[in-house]
Amino acid sequence: MAHTASEILEGLAEIVAEETGLPTDAVVAEKSFTDDLDIDSLSMMTIVTHAEDKFGVRIPDDEVKNLTTVGDAVKYIEGAQG
Amino acid sequence: MTRPVLRQAEPVRCSRILAIAGERGDQVVTNDDVAGPIDSSDAWIRQRTGIVTRRRAAADVDVLDLAEAAARKAMAAAGLDGPDLDAVVLSTITYFHQTPSAAAVLAERLGATPAAAYDVSAACAGYAYGIGQADALVRSGAARHVLVIGAEKLSDFIDPTDRSISFLLGDGAGAAIVGPSDTPGIGPTVWGSDGSKAQAIRQTHPWSALQEDADAGWPTLRQDGQTVFKWASFQMAPVAAEAMERAGVRAEDIQVFVPHQANMRIIDQMVKQLGLPGSVVVARDIAETGNTSAASIPLATERLLAEGAASSGDLALQIGFGAGLVYAAQVVVLP
Repeated sequence: MAHTASEILEGLAEIVAEETGLPTDAVVAEKSFTDDLDIDSLSMMTIVTHAEDKFGVRIPDDEVKNLTTVGDAVKYIEGAQG
Repeated sequence: MTRPVLRQAEPVRCSRILAIAGERGDQVVTNDDVAGPIDSSDAWIRQRTGIVTRRRAAADVDVLDLAEAAARKAMAAAGLDGPDLDAVVLSTITYFHQTPSAAAVLAERLGATPAAAYDVSAACAGYAYGIGQADALVRSGAARHVLVIGAEKLSDFIDPTDRSISFLLGDGAGAAIVGPSDTPGIGPTVWGSDGSKAQAIRQTHPWSALQEDADAGWPTLRQDGQTVFKWASFQMAPVAAEAMERAGVRAEDIQVFVPHQANMRIIDQMVKQLGLPGSVVVARDIAETGNTSAASIPLATERLLAEGAASSGDLALQIGFGAGLVYAAQVVVLP
């Protein structure tokens, strides 16, 4: 069953919190992964991998650079669900 | 008329690593030394890679010199001379000759002629490929003592302005001698390749480009760091886990984990993915030596043994992975 956008945001926040130590409520849609959350390219790949597993989607490596904000990632995952 | 029944080589039940030794480039290159041309800093390189220094060889030292030095130390440790070697398996991507092989030239330098000798092109997985082959050669009866070497002078293939891989790379050689054993010393090799990711770690252009355009320049190495990080961190841990399973051991049974020294962040993630207990000693030679491709596993192992962090008889899980993409893992008993 497809996850709703708010479920994806919640799940993604848990993944980001686990990887970075940030509180989950710091992970909101408009935040930039690099500029606001200070997530580097390698941590981003870890987050992407966990998100793929959690939501059962595939996020191609070439697509990751387009996921600037948390909201971009939520939107991508929402659209990529079968 | 009856046909003769062929005799096949007599198999040997067990093999093990008899000795491991290494040779690092003698020049210590700091992060500050490489940071300028890539507009980076010591702090950034440490945070992204865990590398503090990398060891590089002098201009007049070539990959065969490094290989010979490591090989001689391993032979001395095993108490073997050149004539005792039946095969020399050398993994390198930095030998300048398409042919003859570096292994044949090295065998002659070591006084090992007429040992069988050939090169392996498996980049950072080359040593683990070599150990897998040596295990098979010894147990099949094809060779009694096999010298396995990973040797690289990667500094010959770097571009100081490249931000993808050049600043990680070091020079060195690691050697192991595999021979027959009364007890099992090398677990099954789990190995493979994925040519769909051939571009993830690559040479900028083929040698033929120089034929077509003399200004094409010397080829150097590049990688797609994020792709390689994801693949190595998350797809190689299951390979390492399978090597343990096929060897009949659990994570709790392992004393030492020696992954290819590609990046400290990959090492940390693999440890996490594998769920290795805190008691397992994890090789982190990359901090001082840098990424030496095929040489990194034996160099890291040699350091742990030399510093007393690992002991003879310990079970070590080792995994190599790199350009190809290719990978190989096995559990070995340390010499």
